[in-house]
This record gives sequence, C-alpha cells and structure tokens, in this order.
Amino acid sequence: MFLINCPYCGERDQQEFKAGGEAHIERPKQPTELSDDEWAEYLFMRKNIKGVQFERWNHAHGCRKWFNMARDTSNDEIKAIYKMGEKPPTQ
Amino acid sequence: MRNKYSIFSLFKNALSYHENWQRAWKDPAPKKEYDAVIVGGGGHGLATAYYLAKKHNMQNIAVVEKGWIGGGNTGRNTTIIRSNYLWDASAGLYDHALKIWEGLSQELNYNVMFSQRGVMNLAHNLQDVRDLKRRTHANRLNGIDAVYLNTEEVKKFCPIINTSQDIRYPVLGGTLQRRAGTARHDAVAWGYARGADEMGVDIIQNCEVKSIKRSGDTVEGIETTKGFIKTKKIGVVAAGHSSVVANMAGLKLPLESKPLQALVSEPVKPIIDTVVMSNAVHAYVSQSDKGELVIGAGTDDYISYSQKGSHQIIEGTLNAILELYPIFSRMRMLRQWGGIVDICPDASPILSKTSIKGLYFNCGWGTGGFKATPGSGDLFAHTIANDEPHKLNAAFNLNRFVSGDLVDEHGAAAVAH
Repeated sequence: MFLINCPYCGERDQQEFKAGGEAHIERPKQPTELSDDEWAEYLFMRKNIKGVQFERWNHAHGCRKWFNMARDTSNDEIKAIYKMGEKPPTQ
Repeated sequence: MRNKYSIFSLFKNALSYHENWQRAWKDPAPKKEYDAVIVGGGGHGLATAYYLAKKHNMQNIAVVEKGWIGGGNTGRNTTIIRSNYLWDASAGLYDHALKIWEGLSQELNYNVMFSQRGVMNLAHNLQDVRDLKRRTHANRLNGIDAVYLNTEEVKKFCPIINTSQDIRYPVLGGTLQRRAGTARHDAVAWGYARGADEMGVDIIQNCEVKSIKRSGDTVEGIETTKGFIKTKKIGVVAAGHSSVVANMAGLKLPLESKPLQALVSEPVKPIIDTVVMSNAVHAYVSQSDKGELVIGAGTDDYISYSQKGSHQIIEGTLNAILELYPIFSRMRMLRQWGGIVDICPDASPILSKTSIKGLYFNCGWGTGGFKATPGSGDLFAHTIANDEPHKLNAAFNLNRFVSGDLVDEHGAAAVAH
C-alpha cells in the first residue's frame, strides 16, 4: 500500500489504481506471421523483475487514464511516473 | 544412524530434561561438487531432495537455501491440503500429493500433524452452485471424494456459519472433501530435512545463489555466497523468486510475483473443526491446534517482492469473515504477514525441464503450493533423476505456454488455496 502521484489527478491512495503489469511490451505488428514461440513470448513470458521495473497503471477509480511507472519491486518505492507513449527514464 | 522418535525416546530424553536430543540435521559446508543441487530449502525443495535420495539413489546432492529452511512460504501459508481440482491433470497431481500426506508422518518418523478435518467450499450465487456441482462430478470421476451440500447441510457441518438468506452474499450450498484438511507447515520442512539429511543430503543454509554457470546449453554449476558448487543438475524450487533465478540463466518464465497475506487471531477454545473457504467473498478460515483462527486474505494485483501487502486486502477479507461468522466480531488479530507467490497465467504449476540441459524448474504454485508439497517433491525428483517428467506432471511443462495446452484452474485455485 502506497501513494501514487497520478500525472493527471495528483497524489492518491494506491487503492484507487489498478496495476497493469509490465510496460513496453509491444503488440506484434504482424500477428499472422508470428510463430508459436513468439506468441508465447508476447502473451505469457514476463521479466518479473526484483528491482526497478517499468509497469503500467490505471487510475481506475479516478480519471481512468493509463500511465507508466518505474517502481522498485523489492521495497515498493516509486522512482518515476511518466505518461503513456513517453520513453522510460534512463539512469 | 539417527535415533527414531518414539514414546520411548521421548521418555528417555525427559529423564535428562530434554537437553540431549540429537540435532535433526547437520550444518555442513558445501562440497566442491554434487550430482544435483536443489535451489531453495522450502518444503518442495526439501521433499525433492528427500525423494531423490530415497527413490532415485542420488545421495550426493545438496539443498542450498538463502535464509533458513522453511522460512519462506513454507512457514507463511495457511496449511490447507485438498485435491478437489477440476481438470484431470490437476486431479492426478494434487491427489497424488494427498495420498502421500496420508502416510507421511509414519514415513518420515516425524509428526506433521496431518489432520483430515475436511475442507468445505461455499457457493454464494447461482454460478457458484453450477461450478461447484460440476467440480464435484469431475472430482468423483477422478476418484476424488467430493459431495455437494445444500444450505442446511452446510449449517449442520459447520454450525457457526451465518446461513441467513438476508446477507449480502448468502450461502446457497457448498462442497465438501472429507479427506482434505491441514498439516503443521514447519513440521513438513523439518521432517523432510531430517529425512534427507539422514540419507546423506547436505542442507546448506544461509547460502544464496548468485549466478548460474553454463557452457553453451548445459549447466556447469552455481556461484553462491559460500563459493562455487559444480553440478550437472540444478533443480530450482525458489517460489516467489523463481523468475530471479531464471534470469540468472537467461530464461524468462510466465510468472508474476505478488504479495499474498494471511493473519491469525488470538487463541480461543475450539470453535471451528474444519476448513471453510469461499471464493466469491474471498475468505477462508480454519483453527490451529493452538486455538488461533488462521485466516487467508488475497493477493495484491501489482508485482512486488516486499513481503508486505496492502491493508485494504485484509480489510476486505475480514469484512467477509464477519458477515459469514458474526461470532468472530470481537476477536482480536495477533499477527499478519505476507509472502511472495509466483502466479502462472493458468493458475497451475510448472514442474519442467527447460531449454537448458540440466536445469529444471518447479515453480508457479502461486497461492496454493503447500498442499502439493509431498507430491511435488516426488514428481520433481523423478523429473530430475530421469531427465523426463513422470506421467502425473507431464502436463505441467513449460512448453504448454507455447502449445496453448493450458491447465486452467482459476476456478479451483484462484482464491481457495
């Protein structure tokens, strides 16, 4: 349980948000040409990082907008919040 | 040869004020090389080592554990054991485990306090009723005992349940598996550790794996905080940290690690002599032999390794508990904790070879791995020793996420652990 600074609404309780899992997984451009292995990679395989991970969140009980977050999963500390379409922070 | 535990050894040791009991297992330094190394000293890992030594004659093996044995999810779960899963593959897997549980205390000469007090699953809406009836039939076709109970029979089996039809989620019925029940979680780890140690397995605690060394597509050993250990076979049984170990070998797994919480109350006199779980309202409860109510809450929806869950998850579970059991309204909770569970997309485990020769994974048990501990160890040992799965765990391979042959157990496993 932590506070999340929604880029549209400001700081709110995490309870208002829905976690959307790993970010920056690109949908295949040509799905019909994908092999089974590539589908499995896209659909199921996850980095599941212990440490700083980039992930999607949705302000489900607020503005209902999606955004990205860099969060340390070992202690739940939020490192950065950035909008959809923006590049993940480097450091 | 170690002394057997018996009424006589208890009496003999009582005469010396219980100060001369033998160590249950040694504390060895790692050797340079083993025939196989198990990564993770929880129940599943220790059981794997035990069956490798006992059934597959592999005594030159080690279990490496980064903390102390049984200090992870083995000591954090709510100890429920059952096998009433929907699909044939799961029924085979979990009932195999349940059958081993039934003779485990005798086999290990260690009282795991296995108690077949029954597990009841409640239905709160029409779809629950249909699903649970279907599951009951599926279970019976697979030779697993299951009965469907109507509301009156639920009330008779567990009188403290509020079966009023005026509550938000009324009890419409339920299923009962009488062979199901609970066991003492620590004792399972300790019993397997003692048994494995006696057959020559090295149990190495405070030894964290730092990297997996491979040459091409074959494993060569592991680098640990206690030095390099050479081995040709590595069985990873690291629960919530499976992905972390997989990343060391350059593998990705279809897992997400999330916090799952549980809590216990102050001890009270016997009030509930079974296990009752409810998927719809997300509440389940049993009572330990000490008298504490053992209550399982849910997982958070975000990935975390922090072993801390959110308060609202517990609040939601306790709301449901109080509606179903108004008698608990003035109970005080003693402890609350979280564990990190590795959840598969189909809510079924992975006991599998990998694309790397000599590297095996036993993971993805998610919210409900404790019940499978003996069966998981037995089948994983078979997989490691023979380099191919036993027929009971063949369906639980890693390749199912490529082939699409998933074992969807969300109905039987999503909440009710």
